[in-house]
Amino acid sequence: MAVIMTIPMSLKIDGECLTRALQSAEEQLDRAEGKLALDFSSVRRIDPNALAALAKLAGSADDKAIKVTLHGVSVDVYKVLKLSRLTSRFSFVSDDAHLAAPSKES
Amino acid sequence: MITSNDVQERTRVSQAENSGVLSPERIACLEGLVRQARAAAAVFTQFTQEDVDRIVKAMVLTGLDQAQYLARLAIEETRLGVLEDKVIKNMVATEFVYNYVKDKPTVGVIREFPERGLVEMAEPIGVIFSLIPITNPTSTVLFKCIMAIKTRNAVIFSPHPSACHCGYEAVRIMYEAALKHGAPEGVFTCLEAHTLQDNAYLMRHKDIGLIDATGGPGAVKAAYSSGKPALGVGPGNTPVYLEKTADLDMAVVDIITSKTFDNGTICASEQTVVIDDEIYDLVLKKFADLGTHICNENETELLGRTVIDPQTGFMQPMAVGQKATDIARVVGLSVKPDTKLLIAPIHGVGREHPLSVEKLFPLLAVYRANSTDEALKVCLDVNHAGGLGHTAVIFSHNDDIIRKFGELINAGRIIVNSPGSIGALGGVYNDMVPTFSFGCGTGGGNSTTDNVNVYHYLNIKRLARRTPAHMWFRVPNQIYFNMNAVENVRQFPSKSTIIITSAPLEQIGHADTVRRCLPPQTRVHVLVIPDAEPELKVVTQGVETLNFYKADQIIALGGGSVIDGAKIMKLKYESPQADIDELAAPFLDLRKRVVEFPTDKTNHARLIAISTTSGTGSEITPFAVLFDKARGRKVTLADYSLSPDVAIVDPQFVMSMPRALTADTGVDCLTHALESWVSVYASPYTDANALQAIQLAFKYLPIAYEHPRDEEARFMMHNAACIAAMAFANASVGVNHALAHAFGARFGVAHGRANALMLPHVIAYNASVPAKFKPSPNQRAYVAPPKYATAADTLGLGGQSVEEKVNNLIRAVEALLDRVGMPRSIASLGIPREDFERAVPELAKAAFDDPSWLSNPRMPLISELTGLFWKAYEGRRAAEAVTAVQQKQTA
Repeated sequence: MAVIMTIPMSLKIDGECLTRALQSAEEQLDRAEGKLALDFSSVRRIDPNALAALAKLAGSADDKAIKVTLHGVSVDVYKVLKLSRLTSRFSFVSDDAHLAAPSKES
Repeated sequence: MITSNDVQERTRVSQAENSGVLSPERIACLEGLVRQARAAAAVFTQFTQEDVDRIVKAMVLTGLDQAQYLARLAIEETRLGVLEDKVIKNMVATEFVYNYVKDKPTVGVIREFPERGLVEMAEPIGVIFSLIPITNPTSTVLFKCIMAIKTRNAVIFSPHPSACHCGYEAVRIMYEAALKHGAPEGVFTCLEAHTLQDNAYLMRHKDIGLIDATGGPGAVKAAYSSGKPALGVGPGNTPVYLEKTADLDMAVVDIITSKTFDNGTICASEQTVVIDDEIYDLVLKKFADLGTHICNENETELLGRTVIDPQTGFMQPMAVGQKATDIARVVGLSVKPDTKLLIAPIHGVGREHPLSVEKLFPLLAVYRANSTDEALKVCLDVNHAGGLGHTAVIFSHNDDIIRKFGELINAGRIIVNSPGSIGALGGVYNDMVPTFSFGCGTGGGNSTTDNVNVYHYLNIKRLARRTPAHMWFRVPNQIYFNMNAVENVRQFPSKSTIIITSAPLEQIGHADTVRRCLPPQTRVHVLVIPDAEPELKVVTQGVETLNFYKADQIIALGGGSVIDGAKIMKLKYESPQADIDELAAPFLDLRKRVVEFPTDKTNHARLIAISTTSGTGSEITPFAVLFDKARGRKVTLADYSLSPDVAIVDPQFVMSMPRALTADTGVDCLTHALESWVSVYASPYTDANALQAIQLAFKYLPIAYEHPRDEEARFMMHNAACIAAMAFANASVGVNHALAHAFGARFGVAHGRANALMLPHVIAYNASVPAKFKPSPNQRAYVAPPKYATAADTLGLGGQSVEEKVNNLIRAVEALLDRVGMPRSIASLGIPREDFERAVPELAKAAFDDPSWLSNPRMPLISELTGLFWKAYEGRRAAEAVTAVQQKQTA
């Protein structure tokens, strides 16, 4: 499976299967209890499908009043999100302190 | 590829759209296209140069493979042009364009100028909205797709309504090739069925970064009217001058080749050929021999009435891109079946000569010109009859006429001895950039005259590194010093030497001392001038003397005024045309000044400067001060051409210097050293000299003042003055001199004294935090305070902090000034307060006009200069003032 779940609701996004991982993250929004952290540290490049999946996830999160935080987003990917006007829909954390939390494959 | 039809079927273009109002569904459809293109463009920013080059190559190969298919589609749909030529166009649009772009960097760093510290970097535009013309529907698409991928942009295409299908197919083929090789999904979209309202909506869309409108005047105007950045490339009207020196066979073949290419649909093709009278008949015969039909008067008139719309004056659409024989048939002309081009003689340009306008079909107007002048004028008329900024052609072997043609005609492309249409495309007949979009400049209502290329699809960013200005250290290459150094003048051959000096120096025998050192064969004349800053009339008289004696050597023997006078005399002697007023024009940076000092020399005379005071340093500096009596102000000239050729620093000439003069000039020397030490032009070269001079002045000025016969003190102060001059000749001075110049000129106070009145206050001023920093690429920080502290350390003044050391320096300067009897306030000079108060506004303005402060570390405000004048008037202790300010700031 492409998504790794952490506790509390924190998901490591697999850069190799990005669209799938984001779709999976969207499916898990109900379990997020108001907050969701997505670890983008392995995402090197984002394609249009993943971008669409991310926009959809943002919409779903808005509907469910869940705040989504993206961790470890590279500047190149950040620029893509900026040009796509998606940065305002997420919070961003540059440090990777959250990675120290215990995690497991979901 | 998503097209507008995928979202909303062609048949659903509603009545509302046709009436000018877009339905909500249509708007949603167009928004979807833009959204997809925007996402693709955003994703595209992650691609590397290798990524895009790989995709481009694949697209080009696909385009070449599909060239004939697309050409056939274009012919079938538009019924314009020639299949074979359209194939060629498609191949040029791919192969030639690829050849141009393949090695061009378009991602990241695209150009570097290490010597200028500049790096150019590419930033994609994002989403481009591109209009495609009916005349070149597939080749233009191929060209623009390649440019877009090469530059990482997404494009929404809008083909001409009558070329929708072939345009769409071209986009689809390019898109699929690009996608297959990794391009982002949605990078190209195409409006397959659309209305003008669709175009208008997209042209104004906030997410469209650029409109690239290749098409007719309406499309171009709409693009430019949208308020968006646009490349609008429109119609032309190409004049051709066939000049009598031309290679006529080549010219005729080139013109036929060009004008019949794709049935004349390229807007750069020839429209009116202006032929010199001498060759006119021969040229027409050559045209006729090669399968063209030369129209008679009636045929020309008939063509003018039928292929040109009499209402608008523009060509009739029905003729565009048609064969010559078809046009002839429709019009009713009888021509041979293999006629490839119709040639219609005309007798003028304008509405009364309908065939003088653009004709995108194989009909060429010709004009017989009786002279070169007439030919050029007619070409200009054609150029201004709808062809401004586009293309012009000349066939000639006369370079002067070719250049004149180039100067006269307003065209982005002036094609010489080559076919217009194919020549303008670039890369075939010349080395212009291959394109399918011709920029027509402001003449054509466009933003560029370029052949539109990849660089127009980029935002080019410039990464500009800090580049310290070039510095120098320039002093005369011969400086002789030590007691009796004057004897060195013997080595300089001269037939006629003028010794310029002042009356007192002549009277005490200094001129004779110099005279004795000159070779016996040298004819010597002594010119005595007033011992004051020279006026222009003194300079004029001096130049007359130099001319009278045909001087080949000038020895300036005196203080700063005499040496400055000699410098200006030499300037006028060598360059009589030199305009002193102009040469004294203000400047901000010596290296970028507007005026240039003359370099030509009439007499090549040598200037030897022998200083008789220890302060000005004029014997080595590139400065000269002239007193403008009429305006009551000092005029400073600055240029290294003013520097003496030889400097003699011989202490025997200062042994008898009066005490007051010793003090005045010594303080001037110290001021030079301190100001050049903190100047924004200070360098390690000047610093070494400045610091050395500071040390020498502090140590030896009091001794020289108190013990005038002390040879060592005199010698060292004389050296100090010259060494300080080496510093300020290259690093310049500062605010202190600006204040002193203004004050000294207004109240007739000696320069050294004026400097002394300002010096402690200026140090305190420069050592505090500036209200305004001065732009200076050579300064890495505000270094005046620590440099003053370093000077204090060098002088052994003690102190822990920078502030403490600066205060100690100020106190030491004040003590030195006191010791050498300098006045410590302007008030103490007996200048009434009310007089001074009246003068201060003008003084502050004059000081600000003085170029001396340009090198000051702190940018002076006029209000600050006013404040400094008042401090000098009051004579309040500067160090105490600094301390008070610091205490206030601390509190």
